[in-house]
Amino acid sequence: MVAKFDLNDDNVVVVIGTGAGGGVLSNELAQKGVKVVALEAGGRYLPEDYVNDEWESFGQLAWTDPRTTSGDWRVSRDFSGLPAWIVKAVGGATTHWAGASLRIQEHEFKTQTHYGNVEGASLLDWPITLADLEPYYDKAEKKLGVTRTNGIPGLPGNNNYKVFEAGAKKLGYKEVHTGRMAINPVDHDDRMACQQTGFCFQGCKWGAKWSAAYTDIPRGEATGNLEVREHAHVARILHNDQGKVTGVEYFDKDGALQMQKARVVCVAGNSLESPRMLLNSASSMFPDGLANSSGMVGKNYMRHMTGSVYASFDKPVRMWRGTTMAGIIQDEARHDPSRGFVGGYELETLGLGVPFMAAFLDPGAWGRSFTSAMDSYENMAGMWIVGEDMPQESNRVTLNDAVKDKWGLPVANVHFTDHPNDIAMRDHAYRQGKAVYEAVGATRTFPTPPYPSTHNLGTNRMSAKAQDGVVNKWGQSHDIDNLFISDGSQFTTGAAENPTLTIVSLAIRQADRIASEMTRKAL
Amino acid sequence: MTKETNSTTLTRRALLSRAASAGSLAVIGGGFMAAPNASWALTVNVISSHQMATVFQMARDIYPHDQIGDEYYVIAVKGYDNDGAKDMIAEGVAALDASAQAAGFADYVSVGWESDRVKLLTAMEDTGFFQTIRGGLVTGLYNQKAVWPIFGYEGESFSQGGYLDRGFDDINWL
Repeated sequence: MVAKFDLNDDNVVVVIGTGAGGGVLSNELAQKGVKVVALEAGGRYLPEDYVNDEWESFGQLAWTDPRTTSGDWRVSRDFSGLPAWIVKAVGGATTHWAGASLRIQEHEFKTQTHYGNVEGASLLDWPITLADLEPYYDKAEKKLGVTRTNGIPGLPGNNNYKVFEAGAKKLGYKEVHTGRMAINPVDHDDRMACQQTGFCFQGCKWGAKWSAAYTDIPRGEATGNLEVREHAHVARILHNDQGKVTGVEYFDKDGALQMQKARVVCVAGNSLESPRMLLNSASSMFPDGLANSSGMVGKNYMRHMTGSVYASFDKPVRMWRGTTMAGIIQDEARHDPSRGFVGGYELETLGLGVPFMAAFLDPGAWGRSFTSAMDSYENMAGMWIVGEDMPQESNRVTLNDAVKDKWGLPVANVHFTDHPNDIAMRDHAYRQGKAVYEAVGATRTFPTPPYPSTHNLGTNRMSAKAQDGVVNKWGQSHDIDNLFISDGSQFTTGAAENPTLTIVSLAIRQADRIASEMTRKAL
Repeated sequence: MTKETNSTTLTRRALLSRAASAGSLAVIGGGFMAAPNASWALTVNVISSHQMATVFQMARDIYPHDQIGDEYYVIAVKGYDNDGAKDMIAEGVAALDASAQAAGFADYVSVGWESDRVKLLTAMEDTGFFQTIRGGLVTGLYNQKAVWPIFGYEGESFSQGGYLDRGFDDINWL
């Protein structure tokens, strides 16, 4: 049943990337009868292939092709070649994600309106509202089987959550629960229930966590309308004299350059690779790269204001047992400038194993301060901070012509420096996280710096006006009608919430738009 | 010190009686090294016993865990005994010994107190040598499955069906 399309078939939609954006879009289009070729840079791994070992799994799934970094962020110092911790595989980062599925809040679609003029920030209202996206959030929550929606119960709380919840309640927080998670608490949609195994970040071996790798991708393939080409590394997107895109050049699994013709091209390679592809596609007609008349391709890179707080207690917690992200505090997600910053943040439990704790607790640290922390590993609880960061044009993805990947293509350089608002918010979150744990007897707390980015956003942002961004409210590029952006790079601003549910919702919505525009021959 | 070419024939007693002091290691000669309690043994072929003993002591001082035995640190650093690392190790150990001598000690492994050794390491912590040794230990030490139980970490649980019925929510002190 799996389709096989000819390289010269110029009636196909080519989708680049198969994660939350590209994987969902490919399936949604295929379900509507649209012919899709999905180009995936990585290989295909399924639950039986996943490895419950942090470094071994990293070697299996992570995108480790070269990238470079600059700017004041600590990741650039500690992990200079690894700005992001994302996945190169069929299903993309949906294999690795924690499963947190939150809707963006109404005011977060209108930050310019609600936050006002924040110096140094390139805030902009989204060209869509929460009301526009709500029907698609409904569909996305059904697709992913999100807990606390559609009658699906919440997950049970593990030890790490119980510590977190007890501290939160002593502090007076009200919105504390085991989250809205795309992890089955009971068997659902041909996937089994969570067995509290841990290793959510390494791919769920039970298939209890939603991933495009074993839901949307095979379902799309089953229609006969979707062909997924693995180990297909895109070099550039081609266009004709009329300025329409006509196909995609890629290196196949054997390193041979191929060209797939296309009626429409949808770019969903994550916020680092998507702008890189557009910039690497520069031509005499588009000397600054495709879809870049605004100059915004690659700019306004956002990664969420993040950090972690770990805490040691005098008794065991064993935070690695069970769901990695097992609960949430949402009280700080509101916009309340009296705290000294605009926007808000979520607190979500997180646990790391010994190997990753050693690497990420305080990168570069050594000596007894560090090792005595590791010695109390069994007695540790942990949480992750995820909040809205300010878009800044100077935070950007550019081509590094001095460094080439194995195909000879310039790699992405990722430049990032915190905005003062990001720093004020992080400091506030560190204080609150520490207070949560001290309320239940923490003997020591650790304000842990951000990990390599997992939420990469904004580098092809959506805007009402063509001069302000790269794509319109459908994710369609302002400059080229048949070129779409289908991943988190189209986010106008980052909001406080984990982005996957919104990426999925936008992909479902975009599939409707592309299919209807194809039907009326506008594409 | 006698040159011993067939080290494996040594008895533990003979081994210990011939040991020259090198920090907490016994250096027998001929590149053969062993723990004073004979819990492990190692033969170095490319770098010297003194260099290996120094790197081992650095490892203990960079990531000191008193409950973790020497054998795990040896596993973490024994890979430096190769041609690719030889020059880096020779230069780094020489620099560390020179700074120890400038501080009035015979060499690095002769410094009795950890706090004095840490001062010497702190002075060189921005060097490529120090950062290579430290960075290698992050995975070389903490990614050894055998050390995980010492931290209480249980590793994978899929093969046992996860923790759903095995204590994912068994905390009893809150």
